[in-house]
Amino acid sequence: MSTLTAAPPYAAPDATGHFGMHGGTFVPEILIPALEELKLAFATAWADPSFRDDYHSLLRHYVGRPTPLTFANRLTEALGGAKIYLKREDLCHTGAHKINNTIGQILLALRMGKKRIIAETGAGQHGVATATVCAKFGVQCVVYMGAEDMERQALNVQRMELLGAEVRPATSGSQTLKDATNEAIRDWVTNVNDTFYIIGSVVGPHPYPMMVRDFHRVIGEETRAQLLRAEGRELPDAAIACVGGGSNAMGLFYPYLNDPDVALHGVEASGEGLQGRHAATLTCGSPGVLHGAMSYLLHDDQGQVQLAHSISAGLDYPGVGPEHAFLKDTQRVTYHTATDDEALEAVKLLSRTEGIIPALETAHAIALLPRLIPILSPEALVVVNCSGRGDKDMATISAAL
Amino acid sequence: MSRLRSTFHTLRQNSEKAMGLFLTNGFPHPDATGRILKAIDEAGADFIELGMPFSDPLAEGLPIQRSSERALRHGVTMDDAFRTVESFRAHSDTPLLLMGYINPVHRYGVSNFCKAARSSGVDGLILPDLPPEESHLLVEAADAEGLDLVFLIAPNTSDERVRTIDATSSGFVYAVSITGLTGTGLGQVDAVAAYLKRAQQLVTQNPLLVGFGIKNHVDAQRLTAHTDGFIVGSALIQHVETLWDDPTLSEDQRLASLRAFVHALKDGTPVPSPS
Repeated sequence: MSTLTAAPPYAAPDATGHFGMHGGTFVPEILIPALEELKLAFATAWADPSFRDDYHSLLRHYVGRPTPLTFANRLTEALGGAKIYLKREDLCHTGAHKINNTIGQILLALRMGKKRIIAETGAGQHGVATATVCAKFGVQCVVYMGAEDMERQALNVQRMELLGAEVRPATSGSQTLKDATNEAIRDWVTNVNDTFYIIGSVVGPHPYPMMVRDFHRVIGEETRAQLLRAEGRELPDAAIACVGGGSNAMGLFYPYLNDPDVALHGVEASGEGLQGRHAATLTCGSPGVLHGAMSYLLHDDQGQVQLAHSISAGLDYPGVGPEHAFLKDTQRVTYHTATDDEALEAVKLLSRTEGIIPALETAHAIALLPRLIPILSPEALVVVNCSGRGDKDMATISAAL
Repeated sequence: MSRLRSTFHTLRQNSEKAMGLFLTNGFPHPDATGRILKAIDEAGADFIELGMPFSDPLAEGLPIQRSSERALRHGVTMDDAFRTVESFRAHSDTPLLLMGYINPVHRYGVSNFCKAARSSGVDGLILPDLPPEESHLLVEAADAEGLDLVFLIAPNTSDERVRTIDATSSGFVYAVSITGLTGTGLGQVDAVAAYLKRAQQLVTQNPLLVGFGIKNHVDAQRLTAHTDGFIVGSALIQHVETLWDDPTLSEDQRLASLRAFVHALKDGTPVPSPS
């Protein structure tokens, strides 16, 4: 008699947007009707072949998908073990995976008849990706950015402004991504009737974490097909991605969640180290509510949200997507950390072995390789999500190296 | 009957509207909160909302945001809120609700929080980022301690949902006057009136109170035609901020000016300038 039963296919979130104990809808009453409307609009659109056609056509002809799956032969040699492939999201238009999501959400906004787009941004990548699609479709765009981040990422501010977006500084609190998100939510509360909020990661109230994930799952779906062509199998032995809010990681992981033989590894930013300032929310945080959802959170014993730190502005966030919290609790994904210094070493490693300068966010995923490869078989296949390119980080990188 | 219920009952018998006043705990300074509460209570507050400051208060406009930041800089804790309530209860039976965001309450432990609230003399809770759908744990814990749990409605809340919220609420139902943040303008008068009239017809289990954007007696009068009362937060906070940031005023002058402000809110008597 066999005691083995097939595990039920992965089905999170439930109808109310919960991933286990995480997720949900913790927002002021004013936003409830807007989220109900969005939930319905997304479900209808996602089931509509003409919406999917528009979305995939833009991904192909505007974003440049499918992005390549590059065999990293010199990196593989340098680390002396398993074969490493890079999923090249850095080659997407605007330089990172973020635009997969903004294309999806702008199409949804237009379908819903919304005339005004708002977004939050940390490093500016999501802001640029939002400003880009707003320019492409001729829609008004307001991007909230922490006043401090506007100084640190001046180039991206200029890009957004050139694209026609208005960049508004968030001057409250820590003046970084967390506060930019607060300001965007406050704008939405005030202008809920005509405004669509394009959230940039798998965070926020339901249905955002699910919707943003679904707009990024194309990353993992392409990877399966490309690996099959390259290696004769869809499943790698391990897949690795960095996790701030966690959108590029969900995009790569989601199509593999029902394949238990694929080990999934998320890498958070441990900044100066876990004893110092860091952004390792899943590793060091505890359940809490920020920006509309329950998830792991960096907060003090009074429930006040703490400031995160990472050399990578895109990972510098005290929260994390609720689906990652669930995948940690269920142990389907293993979460690791990499420090600022390890990320900088990884930038050098990838640049010099493969001729690819990765974003500092991406470098955290690369930084896991020297630790992971030695414990894998030399026949193993590893896919790393190369989520963004490093041009935007050159000033930070030069100053630090 | 709960303190809140009996207060509303008495006011209704006298055809009076309830006036609720909001103050952030620890603002403008932890030492001043208690004296300010006493002053506004004596000046005619029918109930008090004591704000528990949170680092990320996403429904608040600038005045309450600033007050929260200031209180947190003074290191105000959740237990400090309970201590403030205990001191208040030593001299007053005016109903008092704690208002704040769910994360600090969740972190404290929902059940422990409700127990501590009850034993310090709190009558009810308002958590604007906790809609009924996510509230079952808190409903249970608040019920067990006999605390009222107030939920909010907004101009864009459907009829059906207003009824559900009314059925889930206890103490009263809080009608947010506008689609906006605390402390912003009231916008089109007719639209607000039509919304409150609709809400009045749908809310049958609880008193209906209106808040957000009420700055003076005229606003209050206008908005209470269809409600049992009104709540003032940001305008009071701004007044406190102006008074306590003016180094030329003595504590007595500040408190006197505040009392006059509260009288004016309730009765429309002109506010004398502090001197």
